[in-house]
Amino acid sequence: MTARTVDAALAREFGLAAGEYARVLAILGRTPTLAELGIFSVMWSEHCSYKSSRLWLRQLPTTAPWVIHGPGENAGVVDIGDGLAAVFKMESHNHPSFIEPYQGAATGVGGIMRDVFTMGARPIANLNALRFGDPAHPRTRHIVDGVVRGIGGYGNCVGVATVGGEVDFHPAYNGNPLVNAMTVGVARRDRIFLSAAAGVGNPVVYVGSKTGRDGIHGATMASAAFAGDSEAKRPTVQVGDPFTEKLLIEACLELMATDAIVAIQDMGAAGLTSSSVEMAGKGGVGIALDLDAVPQREAGMTAYEMMLSESQERMLMVLRPEREALARAIFAKWELDFSVIGRLTDSGRIVVRHRGRIEADIPLAPLADQAPLYRRPTAPPAPPPPLHRLPDPAGLAPALLRLLACPDLCARTWIWDQYDATVGGQTVKRPGAADAAVVRIEGHARALALTTDCTPRYCAADAAQGAAQAVAEAWRNLTAVGATPLALTDNLNFGNPERPEVMGQLVAAVTGMAAACRALDFPVVSGNVSLYNETDGRSVLPTPAIGGLGVMEDAAQAVGIALPAGHDLVLLGAATGHLGQSLWLREVAGQAAGWPPQVDLPAERRVGDFVRARIRAGGVAACHDVSDGGLLVAVAEMVLAGDVGAALLPGPDGLTPHGFWFGEEQARYVLAVGDGAALVAAALAAGVPARRLGTTGGGDLTLPDGATISLMTLRQAHERFLPDWLEQGREFQAQG
Amino acid sequence: MNAAIMLFPGINRERDMAIALTRSFGRPPRMIWHREADLTGIDVVVIPGGFSYGDYLRCGAMAAHSPCMAAIRAHAVRGGYILGVCNGFQILTEAGLLPGALLRNANLRFIARDCCLRVERGDTVFTSHYQRGQVFRAPMAHGDGNYFADPATLDRLEGEGLVAFRYAPPVGNPNGSARDIAGILSPNLRVLGLMPHPEDLVDPLLGGEDGKPLFDSLAAA
Repeated sequence: MTARTVDAALAREFGLAAGEYARVLAILGRTPTLAELGIFSVMWSEHCSYKSSRLWLRQLPTTAPWVIHGPGENAGVVDIGDGLAAVFKMESHNHPSFIEPYQGAATGVGGIMRDVFTMGARPIANLNALRFGDPAHPRTRHIVDGVVRGIGGYGNCVGVATVGGEVDFHPAYNGNPLVNAMTVGVARRDRIFLSAAAGVGNPVVYVGSKTGRDGIHGATMASAAFAGDSEAKRPTVQVGDPFTEKLLIEACLELMATDAIVAIQDMGAAGLTSSSVEMAGKGGVGIALDLDAVPQREAGMTAYEMMLSESQERMLMVLRPEREALARAIFAKWELDFSVIGRLTDSGRIVVRHRGRIEADIPLAPLADQAPLYRRPTAPPAPPPPLHRLPDPAGLAPALLRLLACPDLCARTWIWDQYDATVGGQTVKRPGAADAAVVRIEGHARALALTTDCTPRYCAADAAQGAAQAVAEAWRNLTAVGATPLALTDNLNFGNPERPEVMGQLVAAVTGMAAACRALDFPVVSGNVSLYNETDGRSVLPTPAIGGLGVMEDAAQAVGIALPAGHDLVLLGAATGHLGQSLWLREVAGQAAGWPPQVDLPAERRVGDFVRARIRAGGVAACHDVSDGGLLVAVAEMVLAGDVGAALLPGPDGLTPHGFWFGEEQARYVLAVGDGAALVAAALAAGVPARRLGTTGGGDLTLPDGATISLMTLRQAHERFLPDWLEQGREFQAQG
Repeated sequence: MNAAIMLFPGINRERDMAIALTRSFGRPPRMIWHREADLTGIDVVVIPGGFSYGDYLRCGAMAAHSPCMAAIRAHAVRGGYILGVCNGFQILTEAGLLPGALLRNANLRFIARDCCLRVERGDTVFTSHYQRGQVFRAPMAHGDGNYFADPATLDRLEGEGLVAFRYAPPVGNPNGSARDIAGILSPNLRVLGLMPHPEDLVDPLLGGEDGKPLFDSLAAA
């Protein structure tokens, strides 16, 4: 490697465009060293610089009175009352998870946890939004198995509860699964740690695992599309060590209880390079690093390798010099490496020394300010194929059973059973028990509600509406447990931004998100953009995954989806029989057509605020939003969760039965209450459409057409797919 | 009774355990870092769940050689009480304080769901607030909970009444444990190891108080 001549060809190999390399030459006034070229190439990679998306992300609302830190820090921070703050973020590990599913997913979990505890928060919950390829594709099973094991292997060991998430399957993810991991932590609101370095002469301290050659140029890999040779990129995948992560959490939190830390940042993508450059850059100081002091796992590493390594479980801190000994003792207790590897300077430059030589000397301001920013060409996304009037090809009962069994709706028990959801002793609503996970804050009555949401098939048909829907559904899921939605983190997964139609999707999605965030007072406080999710020229579906966070003052008020017997079922929200892009249309009628359901933001807000107020007032025994699969699937899920049957009344005149029961109109909830008539009256008085659906009880689901399905039949249909496919090795047979 | 929780690097259910103990004892337990060896005044030593040393060797094998193990052994010899849950159970078997071993779950996967435990003895310091034969729910979260011992040892455990809990219907035996064994006692009934986590079910808001009698039993002893 050291023998390579640094020139335009090598720059291109490192992912720098010709114009970008010319800018490097202008900034330095000379040819860069190998280490310098590496630093520029990772800092200016799509992954680190957001060069294709930055211009558009500015549209997103990021402030609210309860937002303490929005985008720009390691994670978003919001005030949750009681003097506490929630710190949270979602981040992708898509490319590594395709190459090496276990380690790719595991290190994704580890990385996002570091983003949270680096701000002083103890991680209390993990969620993950996963998109896999067609179950019939030969590789999908291996990827699902590895990703689920990896998420569990890391999170279970560290001891942070994995409480929620979502899973979709679609052929567009065959060569490019999406693994988006979210971590939520809690800190005292007056004890938030930031990354801006300060204090010339202060020691720069490296803590955690030793540096090896793993993950070199990972950020660059994450910024390029895959071709058939992705297997050869396996050495760029990092290897996780959750045990060290656990020690690092405890050691950092112990140190954070003192006044030793001036600034701290984890070494994530682009490792030592991005952490040192960003900390010094944000603080407006310079930084001098001595790589001989870096704890090393392998002999003979070059400056280039050390600066670009993405070895996991490492942090960089700036300490008050008089507290260095105290900090060293804490890390010694936890048996972690602790090494002063540099000092802050007043030079405004990053200067990297190794074995007596200066390997890099770069002015920090232009490295940040002159980072490329592109307004890439956009093309309007193609409209979806039109939806023609449909007869009901299946009848309600067979259609329901087919939907409950399909990969996108079937029970996720096989996955949840591998994630420790109870560690920490605060999980009030475990996965599947409610629309959002509910995790109480230790020592408080207060709880956080957490969800991840996105419906990529809607986004593919209409990126703006689909992205607005993702935001609205997250807000709705938080509302459905009784929480007040506060803020969201996003993970924008798209294809190659150099394709105008992909760029068009991204721009439309951001526009749709921004409108929904504004209408719902639901700002974006952190996020991640993952582009180039493309293999052999085929893009993933546009997938703007939303991670929502809400708060409730009293965890005891949280409502789940499990039906009790002897209650009335009521639908809140308007029914119009919208089947475009519905799962019924895809799974039962065999087509993906029409516009997705439109998101009526004022209605969303009105219905949601009404539901939340009813939950707070008491008397709501169960609540579930209507989403994938429509109303009948929502009711069936409530039946299964409660192990209590229901008898349903006919839908309104003027709508077909399949339109009413399987349409996916937005802004709707199903509630179980003692007095359905009273709820309907109150809703109508508040301008919220409402309709009694039936009553609960017994051991069957009785449909309005008289068909009766036993709970056992429902359950067997619902729970079969994942265990059959993953444990019994049964091939997936698409139905219909 | 004074309780202490032993903290090995990689343990991660110490907070859950402290909450459960505090609830029943009315005061928080002492938290003891594994390099300290002073158990003065401690009646019951609790080794909580987690992944001590990452479980990178065998589960519990490294912790069984930690500096504090000598003190814990001495505590056992003195007739002190010891409770090991999950990784704590694994550590006790690795240290030889309880017989047998915990192998990989039979399905070779981490299992995190509620199981049902049948109380085999209601007359021990750990179980006096349960009835013999009572079935209660407890969350489990482990990859290596498949209890194994040779037939002679299993016969002895059963013959001497040292099986504390067994996996019971309707959930049954999730991990392949020999003779459905979920928890065992030492011959003097003062050391208990079990795989599931009663400490995570001591609060109605979190789904029930099925695990609370275990800690109430200890607190009353």
